[in-house]
Amino acid sequence: MKGILGRLFARGVMPEFGTPGPRIAGGELPAHLYGVIAEFANAEELLHGVHEVRKDGYQVMEAYTPYPIEELNDAIGHGPSRVPLLVLLGGICGAIFGFGLQYWASVIEYPLNIGGRPYNSWVSFIPITFECTILFAGIAAVLGMLVLNGLPMPYHPVFSVPRFQLASRDRFFLMILARDPRFRAGDTFRFMETLGASHVSDVED
Amino acid sequence: MTESHVPPPTADLAALGRRSLVVGALFTLISLVGLATNPAQFYRSYLVAFADVLGVALGSLAILMLHHLSGGAWGLVIRRILEASSRTISFVALFAVPLFFGLKHLYPWADPARVAGDEILRHRAIYMNPTGVAIRLAVALLLWTVFAQALSRMSKKQDEAPDAGLERKMQLVAAPGLALYCLLVTVVAIDLLMSLDPHWFSAIYGVYVVGGQALAGLAFTLLACLFLARRGPMADVLQPRHVHDLGKLLLAFTMLWAYFALSQFLIIWSGNLPEEIGFFKDRLTGGWGIVSLALALFHFALPFVFLLSRNFKRDLGRLVWVAILLLFMRWLDLYWLVAPAFHPGKLSPHWLDLTTPVALFGIWLWAFTRQLAVRQLLPVNDSGLAAALEVHAHD
Repeated sequence: MKGILGRLFARGVMPEFGTPGPRIAGGELPAHLYGVIAEFANAEELLHGVHEVRKDGYQVMEAYTPYPIEELNDAIGHGPSRVPLLVLLGGICGAIFGFGLQYWASVIEYPLNIGGRPYNSWVSFIPITFECTILFAGIAAVLGMLVLNGLPMPYHPVFSVPRFQLASRDRFFLMILARDPRFRAGDTFRFMETLGASHVSDVED
Repeated sequence: MTESHVPPPTADLAALGRRSLVVGALFTLISLVGLATNPAQFYRSYLVAFADVLGVALGSLAILMLHHLSGGAWGLVIRRILEASSRTISFVALFAVPLFFGLKHLYPWADPARVAGDEILRHRAIYMNPTGVAIRLAVALLLWTVFAQALSRMSKKQDEAPDAGLERKMQLVAAPGLALYCLLVTVVAIDLLMSLDPHWFSAIYGVYVVGGQALAGLAFTLLACLFLARRGPMADVLQPRHVHDLGKLLLAFTMLWAYFALSQFLIIWSGNLPEEIGFFKDRLTGGWGIVSLALALFHFALPFVFLLSRNFKRDLGRLVWVAILLLFMRWLDLYWLVAPAFHPGKLSPHWLDLTTPVALFGIWLWAFTRQLAVRQLLPVNDSGLAAALEVHAHD
C-alpha cells in the first residue's frame, strides 16, 4: 500500500546532505528524506517555532494541529487561499447555467404563452438562477478545497512518524520539507531541536 | 485595560455639529421658500426626508438590540455610536410634526371629499384617519424612545460599575424590543408610505422598510466609525477584524433588502393582478424605470460585488464609500416609494427633493454629535470587551 500509493501521491527527493550528527546510527542519513518534523506541546510553542524557522530562512513547511489556528496560515507564509476565486467562478458558472437553462427551455425549445407573459420572464427566472449560483459556488468550494489540498491522499510520508497520530488529539507539529532550498539533512534536524520541541524526527518517504 | 477608556473627541464633534447645524439651518430656510411657493411639493419631499432620517435612527436602535442579543466584538466597538443615534429618536419625533400640517397634500384618506367618493377609503376610514395615524405614530415613537433610553441608561450604569446582571437585563429588554420594533415599523410604514396609494397593498412592505432601515443605520455607523478613527484613540481600538465583521453585516443587510425587494416584485409581477400591478407599472414607465434600474444596480448589485471581497470589507477607508453610496440609495429608495404616487408614469424631480433631506440630516447630525459626545466610546465594564479588544498577532 505504502509502496504504490505513496510513490503515486507524494514523491520524496534526495536530500542535500549536511553534517551527519552523532545521533544517526553510523552517521548515515535516510536515502529518501521527505522532511524533518518537530512536535510541540501547544499552539504558542508551535507559533514560536514557526517564527524561528521562518527567521532562519526556511520557506517550505507544513504545520499540523488538532484544531484550526487563525494566525498560523499567515505565519507559515502560505498566502491567501485560492478557494474564494474558485467559489466566485463556480457562482458565475451557476448563474449562467441556471438562467441559461430556463431561457433555453422557455424561449428557445418550449415557448409557451402563460397568461400573456413574455417568454423571457426573467423576473421569475431569478430564484432558480440564484439557487444554481449558490449550488455551483458551494460545489466549487468543496471540490476546490479538495483539489488544492491534494485530497484524497491515502498515504502521506508523515504517517511514517509513529507519534504523528497525536496531531489529531493534543499535539502540534511543524515539518520543514526536504525540498526547501535551505534544507540540509542533519543540520536542519539539529536546528529543529533548538526550538523547544518535545520530539524531532526525520520523515522518510 | 487603560486602552479601553476612550474619551469622545468632544472638540471635533462640536465643530462637526456646528457646521452641520449651519448647513441644516440654511437648507431649512431654502426649503421654507419652497413651502411658501409650492406646499404640496414641499410635503411630498419632506415625507421622503423624514422617513430617511427616521430610518437611520431606528436602524441604529435595531442593530443595537440585535447586538445585545447576539453579542460579539463587532457590536461592542460600535455600541456607543448606535446608542447615540438611537437616543436621537425622540428628537426625530419633532420632525414628524410638520407632516401633520400637510396631510391633505399627501394622503387620499386625509381628504374628506375623496374618502366620500371612494368606497374602499370609506370603509377604511375607521382605521385610516388623521387622528388614528397621529396616535399610532406618537405611540410608536414613544415606545422606540422608551427602549432606546432604557438600553442607554443601563449601558451608562454598566460604565459606573461592572454588573453581570445588567448584561442579562439588557438582553431581556432587547428581545421584546426587536420584535416590537418590527411590528411598529410595519404599522408606521403602512400609515405613512403605503397609504399614499389608496388601494394598493403588499404584505412584505413592512419588512422591506425594516431591511432598509437596518442598512441605513449600519451605513451611517460606518461613517461615524471612520470619523472617530481619524480623530483619536478609536483608531487603535478598531481592528481589521471588527471592520471585517461590520462589512459582512453590511453585505448581509444589502442582500436582505434585495431579497425583500425582489420578493415583492416577483410575486406582484407573476400575479399580474389589476389591484396590485399598478404599483410597479407606475414605477417602471415614463422615466421611473431608470430609477428602478438605478436601485437594482446601486442599491444592490454594485455594493454586493464590492462587498464580496475580503480585503475590501477589512478596509474601513474603502468600506465607507459603499456606505455613502448606500445612504444615498436609501434616500432614492424612499423617493421611489413615495414620489410615483403623485407623478405616476412621469419622473418629475424637484429641487425640494434634495434640499429637505439635507436640511433634516444637517439638523439631525448636530443632535447626534451632541449625544455621541456625552459618553466614552467603549462600554468599559462589559464582560466581553477584553476579548473584543484583544490584539491577535497576525491580524
